[in-house]
Amino acid sequence: MSDATSAGTAVGGAPGSGDGRAPGEKSRSGKERNASLWADARRQLVRDPVFMIAILYIFVVGTMAAFPKLWTSQDPRACDTDQSRLAPSWEHPFGFNIQGCDYYSHAIYGARPSMVIAIMATGGIVLFGGLMGLLAGYYGGWVDGIISRLMDIFFSLPFLLGAIVFLTLIKQQNVVTIALVLFLLSWPTIARIIRGSVISSKDLDYVQAARAVGAGNGRLMFRHILPNAIAPMLVYATIVLGSFVAAEATLTFLGIGLQPPAQSWGIMISAHDVYFLEDPWLLLFPCGLLIGTVLSFILMGDALRDALDPKFR
Amino acid sequence: MGRYVIRRLLQFIPTVLGTMFLLHYMTSLAIQFSGNPVRALFGDRTPPPALLQAVTERLGYGDPCLEQKGNPCFGLFLDRVSGVFLHFDFGINMRRQEVTELVANAVPFTLKLLLIAIIFEAAVGIAAGVWAGLRGGSFADNLVKISTVFVISVPIFVLGVVVREFVGVKFGNVLRDQEWIPDVIAYGFFSPGFKPDYPFASLLIPGMVLGSVALATTARLTRTSIMENIRADFVRTARAKGLANKRVIGVHTLRNSLIPVITYLGVDIGSAMAGAVVTETIFNVPGIGRLVTAAARTGESPVIIGVVTMLVLVILLVNLLVDLLYAVLDPRIRYE
Repeated sequence: MSDATSAGTAVGGAPGSGDGRAPGEKSRSGKERNASLWADARRQLVRDPVFMIAILYIFVVGTMAAFPKLWTSQDPRACDTDQSRLAPSWEHPFGFNIQGCDYYSHAIYGARPSMVIAIMATGGIVLFGGLMGLLAGYYGGWVDGIISRLMDIFFSLPFLLGAIVFLTLIKQQNVVTIALVLFLLSWPTIARIIRGSVISSKDLDYVQAARAVGAGNGRLMFRHILPNAIAPMLVYATIVLGSFVAAEATLTFLGIGLQPPAQSWGIMISAHDVYFLEDPWLLLFPCGLLIGTVLSFILMGDALRDALDPKFR
Repeated sequence: MGRYVIRRLLQFIPTVLGTMFLLHYMTSLAIQFSGNPVRALFGDRTPPPALLQAVTERLGYGDPCLEQKGNPCFGLFLDRVSGVFLHFDFGINMRRQEVTELVANAVPFTLKLLLIAIIFEAAVGIAAGVWAGLRGGSFADNLVKISTVFVISVPIFVLGVVVREFVGVKFGNVLRDQEWIPDVIAYGFFSPGFKPDYPFASLLIPGMVLGSVALATTARLTRTSIMENIRADFVRTARAKGLANKRVIGVHTLRNSLIPVITYLGVDIGSAMAGAVVTETIFNVPGIGRLVTAAARTGESPVIIGVVTMLVLVILLVNLLVDLLYAVLDPRIRYE
């Protein structure tokens, strides 16, 4: 779902939100000719309000995930069925859920599994997918053949359907297995991005020069070729973080992700979707947090692409 | 062209076999670690060992390697592959129904859902993209840009639940109270779930929900590619020789801009199939997604392997067709 969507935008190109400010950008980069790509990008990103708001939101959600005690002193598991579905009040800003637990602390504690799964799965695809793409692109030939067929296998499995089948068969649904399944089904995308960028830069003059001076394969790959691929990989990884957060919630909603004693936004949504018409806040708070997180990651990815792609300067 | 197609078709073989082996190994491991799935048929009664043995044999779970943990069961895999490709026999489920028959019953719903989704996203997405692309930087452009980002970031199940409750239940209830509204609209189109009485009308809203995610990407792709093409030399030439604006936009700009969009729509069929699982669950549609989910829950390996293999084949073929279509649409691309 959104995984393929974001891959489409990441590979197929350009939302083009840079057009509007392109002229100003040009004159500025004209003055500061000697700045590196990264310094230019950092300067542009700091001045981009959308990027700053998105990163601030991610920072807030990140602190919720890392230190939930900072945000709430209540225990999400201290429940009283007398208080089932009470409306939001001053002491309990999100009200109470169906079991009479404080909804605000549930929402705060619910950030952790989503973020941990997204970060673990993304770390996995960046390391493993990156390595596979690098090897396939650099060596070519039969190495490329084997890795490409392996990528085809996972690529042709529809993302959500594959995740459902794997998770149901594993029968153990916790943070690690969900991250593992998400990783397994989405590493080929990043491997393709890296492979393409390695193939396009492995025969450039400076690589030939490094080889002529006597650099080994490892040095050529990691010092000279890989840095070219970092920018598109970073953009894709940011967007994929958002789609993993969404995928975790989707799998949980379908009943094959995290299971109820755990706290997660997906559980909050799936437990209350039938009360939407009577008590809409039960759905609005977790949906809002979820959509905000996914949106922030996508906007960050878009801003990063605009800043890192010299074509948009 | 012919050699390219043959090479691509040959590449399908390892991909399909690999997918089948992956699924085969996963389902075998599930049986090896959690026990014979046939036991579930007997509920909480303990069947006599001879009966259990006979039923297990008959349903095809009798292979001794299914009791050795970690054994990849190559023999069983070879049997399955030869059954599927030589005899077109995909096996049976727990109730001894043919997998091919199960698929034949479920496919019409999923196909209708996909068709509605693709038509919806193509029509609305391209229209919105053209509207935004022709007026770059204007209010329309920003509206489309912002709303597409929002649609992309809403997970499909959130959208599905909200639409079902708001449109299907709340608004639908208002309509169902009115006497003068025809039943097709009140009970079919605005029903909160799939109704067998209205097999097409009640699939319209689920289809639109399914299509809405890719709609945003379609709109953005159209917008970017229109903006690129409108500044191209051939468009300026068309204007310079005095063609009407309608013809410049409709024929010269739009046709060239649609090449990436059509490719994307083709590739999207695969992810729409996966998204259909969620939509089918929310709106209670008895399609392919529900079939696979139910089979995974009961551990019916022939159903999982058979249906997913068929889906993978369809996706591979569609991707190949899209690549060929690309060459037809864009004469600069040649396959050797």
